Amino acid sequence: MTNYFHSVTLEEDKCRGCTNCIKHCPTEAIRVRNGKATIIKERCIDCGECIRVCPYHAKKAVTDPISELSKYPVKVALPAPSLYGQFGQDISRERILKGLLELGFDWVFEVAKAAEIVSDATRRIIGAGNVKKPVISSACPAVVRLVQVRFPNLINNLLKIESPMEVAARIAKQTITERENIPAEEIGIFFISPCAAKVTSVKAPYEKKESFVNGVLSMKDIHIKLLEKIKSIPWDFDGDLVSSGAYGVGWAGSGGECSALETPRTLAVHGIHNVINIFEEIVEDRLKNVDFVEALSCTEGCLGGPLTVVNPFVASTNLKWQVNRAKERDFSGENTAADYQDLLWTKDMEYKPILKLDDNMMKAMIKMQKLEEINDGLPGLDCGACGSPSCRALAEDIVRGLAFETDCIFKLREKVSDLADHMKAFEHIYRQKTED
Amino acid sequence: MSSIIKKEYDIPANDFSLAGEASSNVRKLLTQLGVYPTVIKRTSIAMYEAELNVVIHGNGGKARVEIFEDKIEILVYDEGPGIEDIELAMKEGYSTAPDFIREMGFGAGMGLSNIKKNSDRFVLESEPNKGTRVYITIYLY
Repeated sequence: MTNYFHSVTLEEDKCRGCTNCIKHCPTEAIRVRNGKATIIKERCIDCGECIRVCPYHAKKAVTDPISELSKYPVKVALPAPSLYGQFGQDISRERILKGLLELGFDWVFEVAKAAEIVSDATRRIIGAGNVKKPVISSACPAVVRLVQVRFPNLINNLLKIESPMEVAARIAKQTITERENIPAEEIGIFFISPCAAKVTSVKAPYEKKESFVNGVLSMKDIHIKLLEKIKSIPWDFDGDLVSSGAYGVGWAGSGGECSALETPRTLAVHGIHNVINIFEEIVEDRLKNVDFVEALSCTEGCLGGPLTVVNPFVASTNLKWQVNRAKERDFSGENTAADYQDLLWTKDMEYKPILKLDDNMMKAMIKMQKLEEINDGLPGLDCGACGSPSCRALAEDIVRGLAFETDCIFKLREKVSDLADHMKAFEHIYRQKTED
Repeated sequence: MSSIIKKEYDIPANDFSLAGEASSNVRKLLTQLGVYPTVIKRTSIAMYEAELNVVIHGNGGKARVEIFEDKIEILVYDEGPGIEDIELAMKEGYSTAPDFIREMGFGAGMGLSNIKKNSDRFVLESEPNKGTRVYITIYLY
């Protein structure tokens, strides 16, 4: 596996080289060069903003095809809690889970259950003290990558517990191998994902060597097929499939992870640009009286993931129904993490200083000096026509040797008009000479 | 020795939402230079606190940032009311911020001591009615 696997990719044929994606990318990871967008792999955090804003659908998230299921004799579905928000109030969680079984899965394990376990572990960790506050949730992989590339000072604030998806995958694999005596390699664990970042976190994990998840399916890919199955399941079906209470289900939306912690000293922020603002406040010690920060890259949290089907705000209302119904049964007695040690990350996270201009600080300073000089000469319109997201970013690209000043159309116009003046002057001299 | 990079920022009066803009810009600059994360953190905390003081007490002012081969020098100054008793002002918990500002979570009297704590050299010059100048030096290594 390469260092920079990414789920978010570009379909070149569809790209028209417009400026929508470059302007929205939170890490300035996209440039338009030679009429096509290119993603700077080291910078991309797989947040999926570009997928959302591309009017030509040229950006996409690579997920596994459903045909991948046939590779495994035993197939397990791990539905993300956000799946529950994709259906109206008339469709119960029992029916959704049963629908997954009818789609061809042999088992379903709710990631919501694992979320309750993670919340219990979080409560214990914060309660035990000796953690750097505010603790920042690591549930959203795009946010974790953002910290890794842009907020090195916050790496130690990250909650170094496996994500609910990983915890669910591990429990599923252990339970089935033990209970059914099936070898682990025959079990295919499939996460049903609302986003691209989860795909990347499975194919190239940052918290450990290898993920327990075998494949990631897009919620978009299964939604219609699943709905069809659900329609033929009686509305009051109860197959004892649910294993999570209201807290786990609530994790899908913004504020869900916070409310599971049962303390007011929490803050929930969603939308990647809002997350950046809050992180800046934390770095500058401006955020007071908060022990825990839930930061989710998408608007409305995972319900707004780029691979979801329903409008995030509608999904949020849908989820409220599911959360209310989930209150009828309490699983807090079994979804605990008394011994959370085995849920901790087994790999250290290193800061990836992708923004620095040079490995040598002195050289970086000289480049910065040049950058400022170039930037002062640019029009400051941030039009994006050069293919860089802002004038400053173009100045940076020039200093790095990746672009030219004449990529700026205003600079080019200046040059052309200078050239025209020169030509006129030459013509004048030439005429004078011929007249002599 | 002259500085390699020189920047100047305006600090607006009374607008909390804009306090922190200069320190945030400086943080980005230092990140691009590859300065150690801990140094960046100290610089941005010290600078933010100084900026905030200018917003709350100083009626707006300016920040001048110079980066040298081995250090960062920051001057944050205003032409506001000045400080009557510098020694008292330096005390943790001492604050002249009005109640409405404290209610917003600012003005806890920790600003100046926080700047001192995070900088390698810290000089405060002030006289009543003549404004305040805060000099901060932070070494890069």
